[in-house]
Amino acid sequence: MADMVELTIDGIKVRAPKGTTVLEAAREMGIVIPTLCYYPGLTPYGACRLCIVELIRGKRSSLDASCTLPVSDGMVVFTNSERVKKVRKVILELLLSTCPNSKVLQDMAANMGVTKVRFKIKDRGCILCGLCVRYCKEQMQSGGIGFVGRGTSRKVGTPFEMTPAECRNCNGCEWICPVCMRACRAGQLVEGICGGCLNVAVVETCPVCVKCSESVGPEGHRAYGK
Amino acid sequence: MARQISSPIELKTYAEEVCKKKERWEMVIAVCGGTGCSAFGSYDVRSAFTKEVEKLSLSDRVLVKMTGCHGFCEKGPVTIIYPWQYTYVSIKPEDVPEVIEKTIIKKELVDRLLYRDPVTKQRIKHNNEIPFYAHQKRLVFQHNGHLDPTSIDDYISVGGYQALAKALFEMTPEQVLVEVEKSGLRGRGGAGFPTGRKWRFCRNSPGSEKYIICNGDEGDPGAFMDRSVMEGNPHSVIEGMIIGAYAIGATKGFVYVRAEYPIAVKYTRLAIEQAHQYGLLGENILGSGFSFDIEVREGAGAFVCGEETALIASIEGKRGMPRPRPPFPAVSGLWGKPTNINNVETWANVPLIINKGADWFASIGTAESKGTKTFSLVGKINNTGIVEVPLGITLREIIYDIGGGISGGRKFKAVQTGGPSGGCIPEWLLDTPVDYERLTELGSMMGSGGMIVMDEGTCMIDVARYFMKFLSEESCGKCVPCREGIDRALDILTDITEGKGRKEDISLLEELGEVLKDGSLCGLGRTAANPVLSTIKYFRNEYEAHINEKKCPAGVCKALITFSIDEEKCKSCGKCAKVCPTKAASGKKKEPYKIDKEKCIKCGLCRESCKFGAVIVS
Repeated sequence: MADMVELTIDGIKVRAPKGTTVLEAAREMGIVIPTLCYYPGLTPYGACRLCIVELIRGKRSSLDASCTLPVSDGMVVFTNSERVKKVRKVILELLLSTCPNSKVLQDMAANMGVTKVRFKIKDRGCILCGLCVRYCKEQMQSGGIGFVGRGTSRKVGTPFEMTPAECRNCNGCEWICPVCMRACRAGQLVEGICGGCLNVAVVETCPVCVKCSESVGPEGHRAYGK
Repeated sequence: MARQISSPIELKTYAEEVCKKKERWEMVIAVCGGTGCSAFGSYDVRSAFTKEVEKLSLSDRVLVKMTGCHGFCEKGPVTIIYPWQYTYVSIKPEDVPEVIEKTIIKKELVDRLLYRDPVTKQRIKHNNEIPFYAHQKRLVFQHNGHLDPTSIDDYISVGGYQALAKALFEMTPEQVLVEVEKSGLRGRGGAGFPTGRKWRFCRNSPGSEKYIICNGDEGDPGAFMDRSVMEGNPHSVIEGMIIGAYAIGATKGFVYVRAEYPIAVKYTRLAIEQAHQYGLLGENILGSGFSFDIEVREGAGAFVCGEETALIASIEGKRGMPRPRPPFPAVSGLWGKPTNINNVETWANVPLIINKGADWFASIGTAESKGTKTFSLVGKINNTGIVEVPLGITLREIIYDIGGGISGGRKFKAVQTGGPSGGCIPEWLLDTPVDYERLTELGSMMGSGGMIVMDEGTCMIDVARYFMKFLSEESCGKCVPCREGIDRALDILTDITEGKGRKEDISLLEELGEVLKDGSLCGLGRTAANPVLSTIKYFRNEYEAHINEKKCPAGVCKALITFSIDEEKCKSCGKCAKVCPTKAASGKKKEPYKIDKEKCIKCGLCRESCKFGAVIVS
């Protein structure tokens, strides 16, 4: 049995194996913490910051991303305090302003009570969560895609903007995308990431196309019967 | 002459030898080779001196050398003539023959090249009497004005590497650590974490292989303190690193310098090579059995690589991106090994502490902030340059006593400390003592030591916008608050400066600022809101004027100002018409001039050129 540590999450004392994260411990208890850049089996990245929790240290408290925060003995964490909620909402607003058409983000907004975006909308079609990059590298051992550029000009891309030899056409990058944006632009994906989608046969399975990632093919989404 | 020094006694004898050798120079002409002075042409001045000295066959008595930054960049190139310490400012190659003839041969002063006190109008002979220097306490920079940074002998002659010998032979690693802890030295890179405690974390981490890193990735606009240390006295940094490695138990060190500092890179490499030749670096240092080596790594010029985890990634050859902590570098840093990172200036302080003792060091400064701190004093100030002051000195003393006040007789408005993510401090808080806690309380920070002084002609919203633009470009783009938050704050600020500000913008900026502070991954994002939050805190009325009245009180934001001519003050000299690039200003003799608002591009040239203050900005 692995070493266990005892911590307090939302006022409840819990024991969690050493080396796991606060997010994992909280989810084990059934506490809902929203995430976008986290995926079990991939290295935690800490980029979307939606999973922030309030960490109490004596009289002071600070916010930190729970997906990258290792559990430690005597830790006191609040996953849904007023401070957390306030920051989370603004982060979601920022995310929505970069991907306003994402259904996942819109659902999250509805859940959290974010009803409007006060920032300028700049549809970038990508929240740079890095899931596709990590999936490609860690799960497929490929590393065909990566980040290009810095700051707001950062994007996901391939070397020299060409389909790399490393690409296994697994389509994993599209499948894992949390904001569906990769999948929804499947028609132009060859200019997008790796171009792997061109090798995937058209799947016509869905009764009513909601533009999910299932029916992505060279011609894009197809509704049943068309 | 390269030689291996294999014991502390040999080092002492060698130091005496070098000192004796130096005595043969009757006079030393030390030309500043720092950033500011070389821009003013100090390299030409040096060649002129060398040529003249050779021409008059004085080269066996007079030594011409190029030193590190003297600090007084405003009056560059600065030249000091030893042994009298006569200080000539703003010297040009044409002045050199006169200096040689009068000062070197006849031992007379060249009056017109001496610094003239702007208040008393007196000429000042020696550098330590110039107010700029007189109010400073130069420890890290104490040798900058007379050492040749390319010569290890020069450094040894002033007691260099004695601290290393003391640490290796008279102290245990634990004693060195305790000494540094007791001194109260705190990280000079910005956050001010106690250096001794940081060292102890790394020392206590399990693992036989440990690394230390010198962070020389100084990327703040207008800051060049670390550069001046590396270019002026690279050996002090190396000595500090070896002592640190001994205390921590590290086997290898890296100096991470940005590639934009080619001279710093060159001098540091040279210093490492020389230390190697002398047996002060490498295997079995000074015959003590302790081995340690240093390598220089060049950064590709990303601001975020000054953040320790991003810096480590960069050394490893990866993208310079911060990662979440814990694990802290002291536990898992470079290649997963315990790593200790300190700033250039922190390392340069270490030999001083070992030489003179922790108590001496702790006697300088305030209760929580010990020692001295270097600042690069820039902006609308009379004496720009590098200054080193004891912590606890007030901002007013730095700006008025050392800096000589605001240039052009204008009024002070704000000072920004701590680089692009520092806050702007207004006039009524100038008597605040400079230490880590006080600056943070004011919504600013110590940072690595940038100090930008702004006068009344500065629009604070424009300033906040400038820094947000810098940070949005330098953000690595990994986490959402920093990448998108800074970008949206920049949008809002741009709207305000263009007269499109909305009433709710101020509160939105404040809210966004708090999210940046709380939600970002690394220090860059967590401090990025400081310029916005501090300007809102101290200059809210300016924000309100921009938003509600669509006016820029400082007359900077082009969308909100118009230029016109005061008919009573105008003397019809025609200067404005001459400088106007669009011919918007025009007029006839003996009649007040006029500015055509259609043609005016609001460049402000007419206002600058008008001697009578007749150009009004409203």
